[in-house]
Amino acid sequence: MTPEEEAEIKRRQKSRNLVVGGTLIFFAILFYAITVVQIGGQNGG
Amino acid sequence: MPTEWRDFFALTKPRVMSLVIFTAICGLLAAPGTIHPVLGFTAILAIAMGAGGSAVLNQWWEAEIDAGMKRTAARPLPAGRMRRDDARDFGIFLSGVSVMVMGVAIGWLAALMLAAAIVYYAVIYTMWLKPRTPQNIVIGGGSGAFPPLIGWIAVTGEITAMPILLFAIIFMWTPPHFWALALFVKTDYANVGIPMMPNVAGEKSTRLQILAYTVLLAPVAIAPWLIGGTSWVYGVTAIVLSLAFFALAVPVGLRKRSEDDAMTEEKRLFKFSILYLFALFAALVADRVLEAQGMIGAGAFA
Repeated sequence: MTPEEEAEIKRRQKSRNLVVGGTLIFFAILFYAITVVQIGGQNGG
Repeated sequence: MPTEWRDFFALTKPRVMSLVIFTAICGLLAAPGTIHPVLGFTAILAIAMGAGGSAVLNQWWEAEIDAGMKRTAARPLPAGRMRRDDARDFGIFLSGVSVMVMGVAIGWLAALMLAAAIVYYAVIYTMWLKPRTPQNIVIGGGSGAFPPLIGWIAVTGEITAMPILLFAIIFMWTPPHFWALALFVKTDYANVGIPMMPNVAGEKSTRLQILAYTVLLAPVAIAPWLIGGTSWVYGVTAIVLSLAFFALAVPVGLRKRSEDDAMTEEKRLFKFSILYLFALFAALVADRVLEAQGMIGAGAFA
């Protein structure tokens, strides 16, 4: 494997990790918001 | 070499998803009742993820067919930028998560309908009927018809006549929309053995069927107004749009292709069909907004 190929693999892995990480953070925030709304609704909000 | 994340994204057919999102939002906004914006957003997200998941499964299944068509040969799987099993796993994961999110956050009836839509598109349409019958587009239209139905159910939690009519509108709209396209990109499908109507039943029959479905679409499109589900704002829009659709479908339905035909009528009908659906659903939402503002019904335009 050439150094260029190795660098390309690293770059792709890194960008994929960032997307997966960002997606997980997004869903954590979304589920927090859903929970707040659902509990608020149950309390007569 | 690891697949680029952009290729995973491309596999979800983002352009098709935009129409799915639009019609789902329309169903959500047109439904009687209210939904919290966070839950409304979640419902649309779940529908988009479900559409994306089934699009991925569709391309996983059709990788070899896609490789044989100019329009689809550059997709991640036929171009060899992704392992086929990765696409299958991604599609199943996305579909599963979309149904779970819908069930947990919104309700299990909406989740059940979303699951049905995914199975309908990925299994019944893609795997079973698309390679077997020239009526594939008629059947496939059903999968595109689910989003507004699910959007509506996300708000109301029940299936009534109105969301079924929204389903029926897209169901009837799909054949003339797609066959108009199939008439001028015919060679692509013929090369890979997908039995599209123009190849199997011939062009004349396809043209007549375009006309037939356009005629059938009109009463279905106007029906939400006739049953009292909307005001005249939607009713008039639906009548005008349906008349225009019919006027454009008549020359397509009755004419014969000449040598070196530019297929202007077919291209015009295809473009208008997209405008038709956007305008019809926009009118449905406008109708509900105007009613909520008191401007129709008992209001200024009554």
